[in-house]
Amino acid sequence: MVRKLYELNMAMNLKEIEKHIKDAMPDASIEIQDLAGDGNHYSAIITSPSFSGKSKIEQHKMVYNSLKGKMGNELHALAIKTKEQ
Amino acid sequence: MDEQTKSLIQNHIDNNEVCLFMKGTPEAPQCGFSMAVSNMLKILEVKFKGVNVLEDEKLRQGIKDFSDWPTIPQLYIKKEFVGGCDIVKEMYENGELKKILESKGINFKK
Repeated sequence: MVRKLYELNMAMNLKEIEKHIKDAMPDASIEIQDLAGDGNHYSAIITSPSFSGKSKIEQHKMVYNSLKGKMGNELHALAIKTKEQ
Repeated sequence: MDEQTKSLIQNHIDNNEVCLFMKGTPEAPQCGFSMAVSNMLKILEVKFKGVNVLEDEKLRQGIKDFSDWPTIPQLYIKKEFVGGCDIVKEMYENGELKKILESKGINFKK
């Protein structure tokens, strides 16, 4: 029970987010900040040549997809900014 | 998503030129991201419909499936999904939001 509660409360850590994005987009450079220091509100700037020629919506979807359904669930708040270079 | 939820969402989008699916209402937003987008539209004096997804759990999940987008708020202009908070904020800052409003014939404060 204790363990279960702990898991439910566990937010995603910064390294985990970075790893997920990096796994999906190896050529990306990623700057992540834990905005409130609470492991729950992050801001990320992701720069990748693979964004080239894609709309902002498609670019953000690539990032969301790399997080495999965690966005909007375990990961409450991740502000994203994407850049092509 | 059931058909009823889907047609409810489609109706909101069809009947409101600028439609913001948000947590809370434009008068009383319940989330900072929803408040941010709502405020940007207010500053531009855009007439918009705020749909409070917190009033309906089916709608809250349904809009994510409908748009294939995992977060709320979500902005639709003339039936087209424009983006969530990050994208709308970026477009507000770089002037693209005004361009879209202009090109779609939506009134706003120039």
